[in-house]
Amino acid sequence: MGFEQFGIVSFTSTTKAEKFVDLLKEGKVCGTACKSCGAKFFPPRSDCNACLSDEMEWFDVPGVGDLITFTQAMYAPAGFENDVPYILGVAQFDDGVKVFGRLDKSLKEENIKPGMKMKLKVVDLDNDRLSYVLTQA
Amino acid sequence: MPKVGVIAVGQSAFVRAYPGSIRELAFEAFKDALGGSGIKTEQIDASVICSAPEYDKQRTPAGLVAEYLGLNPQPTFYVESVCSSSSSGLRTAYALIASGLHDVVMVLGFQKMSEISSAESQERMGRGADIQWEAPFGTMMPAYYAMYARGHFEKFGTTEEDLGLIRLKSSTYGVVNEKAVFRKSLTLDKIMEPKYIATPLKMMDCCANADGSSCVILASEQKAKELCEKPVWIRGLGMATAPINMAGRDTFSGLKCAQLAARRAYDMAGLGPKDIDVAEVHDCFTIAEMMAYEDLGFAEPGKGKELIRNKETYKEGRIPVNVDGGLLSKGHPIGATGGSQIRTIVLQLRGAAGPMQVPNAKIGLVHNIGGVGIYGNVSIFSVD
Repeated sequence: MGFEQFGIVSFTSTTKAEKFVDLLKEGKVCGTACKSCGAKFFPPRSDCNACLSDEMEWFDVPGVGDLITFTQAMYAPAGFENDVPYILGVAQFDDGVKVFGRLDKSLKEENIKPGMKMKLKVVDLDNDRLSYVLTQA
Repeated sequence: MPKVGVIAVGQSAFVRAYPGSIRELAFEAFKDALGGSGIKTEQIDASVICSAPEYDKQRTPAGLVAEYLGLNPQPTFYVESVCSSSSSGLRTAYALIASGLHDVVMVLGFQKMSEISSAESQERMGRGADIQWEAPFGTMMPAYYAMYARGHFEKFGTTEEDLGLIRLKSSTYGVVNEKAVFRKSLTLDKIMEPKYIATPLKMMDCCANADGSSCVILASEQKAKELCEKPVWIRGLGMATAPINMAGRDTFSGLKCAQLAARRAYDMAGLGPKDIDVAEVHDCFTIAEMMAYEDLGFAEPGKGKELIRNKETYKEGRIPVNVDGGLLSKGHPIGATGGSQIRTIVLQLRGAAGPMQVPNAKIGLVHNIGGVGIYGNVSIFSVD
């Protein structure tokens, strides 16, 4: 098993960035940094578009970020129907790193506001799958 | 730069479920464009066929459509940028003519979305985002635009009712557009019913899937004057792109690709937002029209809500926008949408827009977005 373990439904099985899933198993949510020019990427990239290097190292997404925006989806695309409602959002972390993902199920929409402090948490899903969520810091 | 003109436009009715196949759907727009124009099929030197391929069972539809329209053995090929495919087709056709390669080029956009269920359709649309890093969370177009709505509300104090006013305007014109899929008159109370799709967007903030086709025929200056009494000239074409992944976006209160595309189109035309008499903007969601007001410079950032509150974007207002009902009322058959917007502007500039006519419209603009601000196309047209 490789990258197809990531997320509720996977559309990609093979990527050079599949170590992302191994790191999730260790409880870490990581981006990649270019060893040559230092550019940082989240979601992780295997190739640096700034200097064309393919030498990357993994870094932990810095601890606490700010929620920029969010929405509660009341309908879902095929394959996700059993999850509704669920909340999607984007948070800004240090070093220009932004993260898109679901918000922790325990968070109620009425208590969520842009600007809220967020951190990342690895979550285990059914059928040996795993993902990350944004949760309140 | 050589002049390129639009010499004919056509559109099928946009409907929930077209009772025919894609070739027959494409033919509807083609027939509407050629009918009464005096242009003959053999005068078309090449065709550019546009749709979003994930809805088509037919592989390589350009070949099929060209054959059915009688456009063999002329060159044909396929251009795609999801919801802005036929504006990208316009850009391609312009280049084919301005380069001197061809004199007359047709852009035909189509989409038959009804062959798959709404949930399947949302799943395919969701895959118009990053399938490796975003789609595994259960993404869909309303949720993405909803995040922009929240961003706009947060930054500028825009409200759900402001978005409701945009839908109210849309329905005013959808009622009189016989090609629109949604022709019911709506009240603000009905629009504001709390049927949320992705908060803060409600049912009536979203356009409907539809089946439809559009056709735009372009020609070199000389050919346009020979073949058409009232050619409408392309004055500016701007296109820009932004990261597909939300993590790569630097703002959630406007679309960067639209702002850059607008600047490029205005620069090429030597015109500015105040020169535009009538505009068609990509209102796949009400928030998309609100952002378009600001991204196109019709209002300062954050002031778009004043435009709609003061009815400045109605037919009688300072800058009429989507007075054909827009995507919200017409429906949004992905590959056909840009061509339909271009058709509306061409009819406006020819004084042939019937009950939707803006008096003395001389300069018009089309804003057509692909995906959630991945591809921005802004095109400016004028009568001289």
